[in-house]
This record gives sequence, C-alpha cells and structure tokens, in this order.
Amino acid sequence: MLEEIIIAGFGGQGVMSMGQLIAYAGMLEGKGVSWLPSYGPEQRGGTANCAVVVSDEPVGSPLVTKPTTAIVLNNPSFDKFESKVRSGGLFIVNSSLVTRTADRKDITNIEIKATDLANELGNSRVANMILLGAFLEYTKIVTMDSILESLKKVLGPDKYHLIEVNKQALEKGASLLMEKTI
Amino acid sequence: MTMKTVFQKTKGLTDKPTHYCPGCTHGVIHRLVGEVLEEMDILEDTIGVASVGCSVLSYEYFNCDMTQAAHGRAPAVATGVKRVRPDRFVFTYQGDGDLASIGISEIIHAAARGEKITVIFVNNAIYGMTGGQMAPTTLIGQKTATTPFGRNENIQGSPIRVSEMLSTLDGTAYIERVSTHDVPNILKAKKAIRKAFETQKKGLGFSMVEVLSTCPTNWGLDPQESLEWVRENMVPVYPLGVYKNKEGGN
Amino acid sequence: MGKVLMKGNEVIAESAVHAGCKYFFGYPITPQSELVAYMARRLPEVGGLFLQAESEIAAINMVYGASSTGARVMTSSSSPGFSLKQEGISYLVGSELPAVICNIVRGGPGLGNIQPAQSDYFQVTKGGGHGDYHIPVLAPASLQEIVELIQDAFDIADRYRNPVIIMGDGMLGQMMEPVEFTERPVSELPEKNWAATGTRGDGGPKIITSLELDADGLEKRNQHLQKKFAEMKEKEVRYETYKTEDADYIIVAFGTVARIAMNAMNKARQDGVKVGLIRPISLWPFPEKPFIETRDKVNMYISVEMSAGQMVEDVRLAVNGHAPVDFFGRNGGVVPTQEEIYHKIMMIAGGIQV
Repeated sequence: MLEEIIIAGFGGQGVMSMGQLIAYAGMLEGKGVSWLPSYGPEQRGGTANCAVVVSDEPVGSPLVTKPTTAIVLNNPSFDKFESKVRSGGLFIVNSSLVTRTADRKDITNIEIKATDLANELGNSRVANMILLGAFLEYTKIVTMDSILESLKKVLGPDKYHLIEVNKQALEKGASLLMEKTI
Repeated sequence: MTMKTVFQKTKGLTDKPTHYCPGCTHGVIHRLVGEVLEEMDILEDTIGVASVGCSVLSYEYFNCDMTQAAHGRAPAVATGVKRVRPDRFVFTYQGDGDLASIGISEIIHAAARGEKITVIFVNNAIYGMTGGQMAPTTLIGQKTATTPFGRNENIQGSPIRVSEMLSTLDGTAYIERVSTHDVPNILKAKKAIRKAFETQKKGLGFSMVEVLSTCPTNWGLDPQESLEWVRENMVPVYPLGVYKNKEGGN
Repeated sequence: MGKVLMKGNEVIAESAVHAGCKYFFGYPITPQSELVAYMARRLPEVGGLFLQAESEIAAINMVYGASSTGARVMTSSSSPGFSLKQEGISYLVGSELPAVICNIVRGGPGLGNIQPAQSDYFQVTKGGGHGDYHIPVLAPASLQEIVELIQDAFDIADRYRNPVIIMGDGMLGQMMEPVEFTERPVSELPEKNWAATGTRGDGGPKIITSLELDADGLEKRNQHLQKKFAEMKEKEVRYETYKTEDADYIIVAFGTVARIAMNAMNKARQDGVKVGLIRPISLWPFPEKPFIETRDKVNMYISVEMSAGQMVEDVRLAVNGHAPVDFFGRNGGVVPTQEEIYHKIMMIAGGIQV
C-alpha cells in the first residue's frame, strides 16, 4: 500500500491539520508516514497545501507530484491539482466552494457540499472533517478509531470539547459514501 | 640592609612587556583594570574579552582567563560567556573603532539587554592599529589619514558620544566617562572602574567606563602634548562625569 | 519514549537538547524559525538558556563566548543568515572552539526565496569564511537520521575542538515524520581543560584566540589544524549506498533529494535499468571510497542536486576520470521530481528517445 495524498485549499480551511491527522493515524498504526507542507507567504491568505504519504514501507520521497488522491477545497486548488491526480486515482472536491466541474473520466470524482453540511452541523470549520470522513470511507488507509485518537493528540486537552463536532463531521462524511447519496 | 617594598606591579597584569607606543595611555588603563581586579580579589573569577585594534593583544597582559573576539563583537562574546557563567566576572576591553563603529550594534544591544558585564571603552578619537584613520569619535576638524583636510561634519558627520547614548537605555546600570590626562583624573578613572565591577558584582546590569586616552603616534604629538590635547580638545566634546548610576551614591 | 510526529526543525532542536546542548543563540529566519521558537520554549525546561540575538553576527559570537567556557552550544539559520555567520565560524575554527551550526538552506543568491535548496553546498564544504579551514558537514535525509547526526555533530565538535555544520533544506525543516528519541551512551570525549572559566583552582590563565602575529607561529598552528582535518577525513566519513553492487548507473544525491532520487531509482530498476545510489551523509569529508569501489564498473554517475551543480565537482574529483559524470538539478527553490530524475536516468540509459 502506498497512498500519496495532496490536500489543498485556502489557509484557515484546515488542510494542514487534515494532513497531520492522516499522518498521525498512520503512525499510530505502525505505517510509514510523512507530511510535507507548502510554506511561507503562500500560506498567508493564498492557497496552502500539504502532501501526505502513507505506506506499508518506510516513506521514500515525501514530495508528491502525482497524487493517488487529491482533496481540494477551493477553485485555485482544483485548477492546480485536477490534472495531477494519477490515472485511477481519487479526486475529492468541496463543491460548496468549488464552482468547477470535475470531468476527468480516468479518475473517481467525489463532490461533497462540505461547507454547507458543516454549517448544518453548526460549525463551518469542520468542512475539512466531512471531506476527510469521506476519504477514509473510500480508501480505508487508516481506521476511524486511529483518526479519533489522533484528534485528541492534535487538538490537545484545551480543545477536547471540539472532538464531538469533529467526530460528527467525520461520520457525516463517511455516511455520504455509505449511503451513496453524493 | 633590608629593602622595603614601596611599590609593586599589580598581580592583575602578567610580566609580559606591552607593545603599546611610548606615551599611549593603554598601559595606564590596563594597570587600573588589573589593580581593581586584584583589589576586589576577583582575578581568579574573571574572564576578559579582548577586541580588535591596538588592544588586540590585551589577552597577553591581563593575568586572568581571556578570550579574543572578532572586530566589534566583544559584547556578544561577553554575553555568551556571562550567560553560561553568571557566577563569573566578565569584562570587555574595546577601543573606539571596535566599539563605536563596527561593533555599535553589539554594544547597544548588550547594553539594552542589561548584560551584567563591564565594558572598558578606550576612546582616543582615532584608529591606532591601522595607522591613524578616522574613528566615529574623531573630533570635527581633526586631521587623520582618512580625513586629511580635517573631519568635516557635512561629509563625515559628527562624533558619537557613546556614554550619553547608552545611558538612555534602561538596561544600563553604571556609565561614567573619565580621562587619563593627569594624575587626579587617573585616580578618578580607577574609582570608576571599581564602581563598574562593583555594579557587576551586585548584578545591577550593564556597566561601562569610557576612558579618554591618547594616541601620540597617530596624533603626531609628543606624550606631554598628547595629554594636553585630551584636556583641551577631547574633554570639551566628551564631558567627564557619571552618565548613569542606577544605584546612586559613589 | 515511543514515536512522535514532529516537524524537522523541532526534531533538530529536541535532538540537540538530548545531546546535552543547553545554550542556543539565534535569530529568526524562514524556513528555520520553528527551531528558534522551540529552543526558546524548551531550553528553560532543562535549565538551559535561549537568547535571541540582535543579528546572526551577534548570535555566532555569543556562541563563541559560550563555547569559550566549555559549554555545548548551538546556533542555526538559513542561507542569508548563515552567510552572516561566516566570520564567526572562521574564528571558531581558528580559536579551536566546538559548536554546532545548522543551516536550513533556502533558494539564493541574495535574498532569494524561502523554498528548499542545496545551493549552499560550496559555502559549507569549501569554507565560506576566510583562511585555511574545514568543517565537518552532516546532511540528514530523514527526521530520524537527524536525531543520530545531531548527537554525532556535538561529539565530533568536542572531539576535534572544531565547529560542525548540519545542513538541511527547507523541506527537511518543514516536513513531519515519526521520530523516536533513542538514548545512547555518552561518548568518551577529551576533558575541556582549555576552557576559560576563571583561573580559580585550575592554574594559570587560559587564552582563547585565533591571533598569531608571528608567521612561523601561525604556520605551525595551521599545521596543527590541518592535522586535525586529516584525522577527520580519515575517521568522520559517513555515507550510504543502495544497490550499487550491480549498478550500471549511479545517482549521487544527499539530504531529501536522495529520497526523491531513490523513488526514481526504484522505478528505473522496475523498468530494467540497473541504477544504484550513493548518498553522502558527510558532505565534508566527502566520501571517496564508494566511488573508488564503483568507478571502474559503472557507465556513468549522475549527481542530482537542488542547485545549479555544486556537489558534482566533488563527485568528479572522487571519480577522477574513471567514468563520465553527469548532472541533473533544479534550483531557486524548485525541488526536482522523481519523474524528472527518472526521465534523466532513462535518457542516459538510452531507454527514452528524445
């Protein structure tokens, strides 16, 4: 198993922490993982992205140029990464904010109105977790339990109260795929 | 007949003859520092930092542990020493080119941080070692190798008064300007140096003594004329006195 | 202590703490600022001291002062700031003071940018400061390797009384990987009886200086330094080789680039081209042995770098005309991709028509 993931969006949409959660969960499961952020001025208000590698082997290159999965949360990220997804790969789009239509036939396109659904849960900031839930359900590269365990570590005791809404969002995302309502 | 010892060289200095020019007051200032270290009985607990300029070899003359810094960086080096060994006395010995030109940033920030070090700042208004070029403390009108027509305010700007400037910083605890042009002033200089090390001992903050000094060789004067020159020309521009005394008293 | 997920810059800092470094003097610069911030938080916890200097110049000279007293001390920066430290580094070597200096390299020259680069290779390996000197340079490729190499760096510095440089790039500094801080036995090192800590109870004054006005005297001192450098060349060479035994082509790459190159190497092998890889870990002393062992067997070496071609010169010296040496690199903050490297290999191997 070798998953090479790119997660991209505006700074503040939680793309970096999504990536960290996957990496953390992978580590807890004894897998080889790496997390590489874009950094610097582009993080400030522009598009931010991170590359996550999860593998049964120790990770070679942490740099991902042809992802097996790309998760995009805004238009610039859609434009940048749609063409990069490896043939046969997965492309997850937050269609609340992305106005483009995914039309590559050689990859699996999943469109989720994540921001709208997050608002329904009462917290627009968990849109990223809805997308992550869907991603996990589709790929199953790490378990939901590991992600929840990681969430505790990433959030820290001060923010334990946010675990519940994050969990709901993850489950919502996963359920969308199970129900095939997307 | 038994001979009675009436004068002895301080233990604060080594036996090595200095390389300073005849009439230069570096030797006097070295001795004052050495005497203070000896009298305070802190010679064995002191680490000195030599700088670059005429006093570059001061590490051979002070009879304590010494480390030699790059040009202008002595206050940063002293910071490193003192932060690792706060239980020790740390001093720098710097000239005007080293401290007020290339090292002005280091001295300002060491003072601003209130580093508990003592700075002996020797101001003779010229670069000695390199052959008599303009220093940041060169007087207006003073001829040097790089101001052959005299320092011109409109071209080279005005001299920096370091004691006045540093005394505006909250981190400084004791700053005094003294001179070496006659015996009463030399005695005052010693008291100031003692006060500076006492300030360090009490952990009050940054201490500095600016010592007006001579450079007969590069000023083109004999030793006696040089002392006169300090009194007549330097003291009016660099008034003597205490600029900062956090603790108060003498 | 189990595995933790940390950023490279933080791993460097924590590894230094594990290596017994209690003093850090630094100045913020991207992409190594997390290292400085981590030290500011962490060192007080272990009874150490972090001080933010007014400049990189002041920082390296504070290191000089701290090292004069025998303390384990470190500073770090990134390319433009590292340039400012060169004077101090030359003085450290001249005064025989140990210290560890980290350079998280970014794109240059000048202000350049903040993206990953390896274009300070010449500066770190050939001596960016003045005078006849060398500094051991260690280039980790993974965060776990950082843990090991930082400890080595402090030990080498103390053993030879010489600064040691850790060279990474922005990618290594910013990425996260699982690491484990393994405890290892403290190395046997010479006592620091040269340190200037005051003469009380330890004899006559100790002098730390790089000045020697007498030419014969300075030559003698330099010969002493050269003797140390010769010993480092003999004892401190570090490298790894991968699949070089049967290789027709050998990639030479260090740091994070070696990992990208390794992916390309594996793909090329799948496609039938026998590619191997030499990864110098010590950039100085440069590992000559793996080249001497392979240079009469391979068709070509390819130096792959995040620069316009710097290490390739050392590769050529090591190969010494026995085989052709080619170069592939991206620079200015552009990271070479495994696809590009693969393409380069296949072109050279004749597998791709251009």
